[in-house]
Amino acid sequence: MYRIPILRVEEFLLVSIQTDLDDALAVKLQDDLTTAIATHHARGVIIDISGLEIVDSFIGRMLADISTMARIQDCHAIVVGMQPAVAITLVELGLSLSGVQTALHIDQGMRFLRRFLAGRDEEASDERE
Amino acid sequence: MSGNEHLQLSISTEPDVVYVRQAVRKLASEIGFSLIDQTKLVTAASELARNALIYGGGGMATIEKKQQGTRTGVCLTIQDQGPGIENIEKALEDGYSTGSGLGLGLGGARRLSNEFEVKSAPGEGTTVSITRWL
Repeated sequence: MYRIPILRVEEFLLVSIQTDLDDALAVKLQDDLTTAIATHHARGVIIDISGLEIVDSFIGRMLADISTMARIQDCHAIVVGMQPAVAITLVELGLSLSGVQTALHIDQGMRFLRRFLAGRDEEASDERE
Repeated sequence: MSGNEHLQLSISTEPDVVYVRQAVRKLASEIGFSLIDQTKLVTAASELARNALIYGGGGMATIEKKQQGTRTGVCLTIQDQGPGIENIEKALEDGYSTGSGLGLGLGGARRLSNEFEVKSAPGEGTTVSITRWL
């Protein structure tokens, strides 16, 4: 069965969905990512959805669930690259994707994660002092 | 696809939901729908096809070009022989689901279409018809 590849980049995981996502594939990705976060001790996950032509309620929930599961694993997920037509449709559909961090593209997502994690490391070392 | 032609696709597996999306996208783009309108229609189609699969145990999608005076549109009808919907008003409410879904499917599909019709009764399956005009 086809699987969406999960790449490791530094301390992050990068997923780029470039295929029509059916529900089974979406669930598989969610499971694979959760396992990969633990295996690689990933501190951040970037999910690029620029190749997705639609996000319906099922895919929307998958993105929200991935964000929650990452957080529980002390990892920060960010969804990047949503097409404008997809964003407009999501709002009309009634999905706000609350709890899902987003950025315009992969570069911005990377920059955000680095800043976010550096800020957290600083807080942690302040607490130690 | 010319005026009266229609395309029928059966929905019995998860990949079938994707085929319905692709067929709706193809017709909408041929007719000249903008990318945003295509996306809205395809998203509505995805919700309805999934509903037929999950709640109706599978079904049939009919995709056709609709002509009404000078208006052109795409009409999608999704039919299943499942248990039917007991309370349609309730099923259209956001957040209401008899399954494990978000309860956005039916109401969301209605918001994403220009015309929306549900026919259903307990034991008699469900037929949902949506149209989006160009």
